[in-house]
Amino acid sequence: MSMDLSTDNKMTWTGAKNIVDPQVSIRRGALYVAENRIRNMLKWWSSIIAFGLGNPTLYLLSIGIGVGTLVDNSLGPNAIDGVSYLTFLAPALLATAGIQGAMDEVTWPTMEGFVWDRTFFSMNATAITGNQIVNGVMLAAMARCVLQVFLYELCLLAFGAITLESMPILLLVSSLAGLGFASLMLAFSASIKDDDGVFALVGRFVITPMFMFSGTFYPITSMPIYLQWIGWISPQWHATNLGRALSYGMPIESWLLILHWSVFLIMTVAGFAWAHRVFTRRLEA
Amino acid sequence: MIVAKGLTKVYGDFKAVDGIDFTVRRGESFGLLGPNGAGKSTTMKMIASTSQRSGGDLLILGKDPNKHGPEIRAHLGVVPQQDNLDRELKVWENLMIYGRYFGLSRKFLKGKIEELLEFAQLGEKRNNKTEELSGGMKRRLTIARGLVNEPEILMLDEPTTGLDPQARHILWDRLFRLKELGVTLVITTHYMDEAEQLCDRLMVMDKGKIMAEGSPAELIKKYSSKEVLEVRFGSENNAAVAKKLEGIGERLEILPDRILVYAENGEKALEQIVKKGLHPVTSLVRRSSLEDVFLRLTGRTLVD
Repeated sequence: MSMDLSTDNKMTWTGAKNIVDPQVSIRRGALYVAENRIRNMLKWWSSIIAFGLGNPTLYLLSIGIGVGTLVDNSLGPNAIDGVSYLTFLAPALLATAGIQGAMDEVTWPTMEGFVWDRTFFSMNATAITGNQIVNGVMLAAMARCVLQVFLYELCLLAFGAITLESMPILLLVSSLAGLGFASLMLAFSASIKDDDGVFALVGRFVITPMFMFSGTFYPITSMPIYLQWIGWISPQWHATNLGRALSYGMPIESWLLILHWSVFLIMTVAGFAWAHRVFTRRLEA
Repeated sequence: MIVAKGLTKVYGDFKAVDGIDFTVRRGESFGLLGPNGAGKSTTMKMIASTSQRSGGDLLILGKDPNKHGPEIRAHLGVVPQQDNLDRELKVWENLMIYGRYFGLSRKFLKGKIEELLEFAQLGEKRNNKTEELSGGMKRRLTIARGLVNEPEILMLDEPTTGLDPQARHILWDRLFRLKELGVTLVITTHYMDEAEQLCDRLMVMDKGKIMAEGSPAELIKKYSSKEVLEVRFGSENNAAVAKKLEGIGERLEILPDRILVYAENGEKALEQIVKKGLHPVTSLVRRSSLEDVFLRLTGRTLVD
């Protein structure tokens, strides 16, 4: 059945029952959410690429080369773990890139979705569920995360900080750190009513300390013991330490190896469970 | 299309919707009328299958929304009170992503988007970001978006609130076309003229309950007189004068700024008032409207 709306305005009308199969959205809803998120990201593709390449270059030049020369000159070229300072630093910088890349795509989009544009409510008005929104947002965030880590790796490779062979494993470890942390941040972002500077506080009191105290620039054991706990609860340190062990063969005990992987797993599982709950509740209200 | 029995929604101690019964039939244009806080939007959210009911029975398109939310929502169109368009995306992209949520193919949507842009009179704005649109255009886009899946029921929550008169009339025209097309409409409003223009049948709500139900004409016939005489004696005198008016017309309603005399014949009622030696500052005879129905039912005006 199809009919004309009026002479000046033709609109075909077959009816939802004939053109929409609910099972399609029930199966693939998360992909549609991710598709939308990626369409949004593409509006910013040039800044994402510029940030993805520019940030590591700056770090490599200032800390990697600058501080690295100082360290290697005063302690000898292979003083830490028997490798150059740049090699020692590389897994930490990649972990940061993974965490940052994934986080950017869960915090602001969630405020936009629930508060600023309320787009999550418009998704939920279709067959899309809260759980599918969570999964779709995370999927898109991980696409950005993997891309950002990969770009960073290319810079590191160019500077000779990592080897070609270590790229896949470092990509995996850094992305998993991003996955674990971002899933928690997604749930957290969905729990707050409005920004009100919360993210600035998170940046200052969570992200920055995590970056500074996670054995990023020196082994965590160089820090006083009362500061080392920050590293233990930080995905940044777990990714950094694991990355060092798996890329250039820093000695590591097997229980610690298991712990590192488990932390990512636990953060991810807990983050998703929490996010699913918060999203479903908030959409219902 | 929609059957509700004893439908209830409770938030903590507050009963937002208090055991209401109603039915909406295919092709009908059904209005929920009432002041802010009457429970209209809550009822709409339950019909839209995004908010679970606290009690009673509800069937939408023959299914229980508590169990089959996504299946039902796949066949509904929703126009929320607050526009929730994606500001970063262009006008056509907003229609595209929304269609994708229903699992519609890009090929199908390409054609659909053209139709909808024309329907919403937004063809020239297709490549603009939505934040560049006027309030009326955003509203039309939100309605077009709600039509992308050719919904069985289109739900509109306060569709013209905040729009200027011209934008409202354009919108009414568009909605009337949908009605002609046989789309079932469920509309909430606190504008009487809107309800009279668009709705075949109305449910007047207040404090979570149904006060009355029927077509606009039926409601007016049942709850009001044919005509209304509005007289003003100056704000300070209205209450005192009102006592002397007792017995004129069927019923009096004393508002702070004027007195409403409900009568079969307004001119005759005015003659009677003048005969008593009373001379209103201004007087006006008009037909009864839904506003009068609401005043009668709740003792309050709709827009405070």
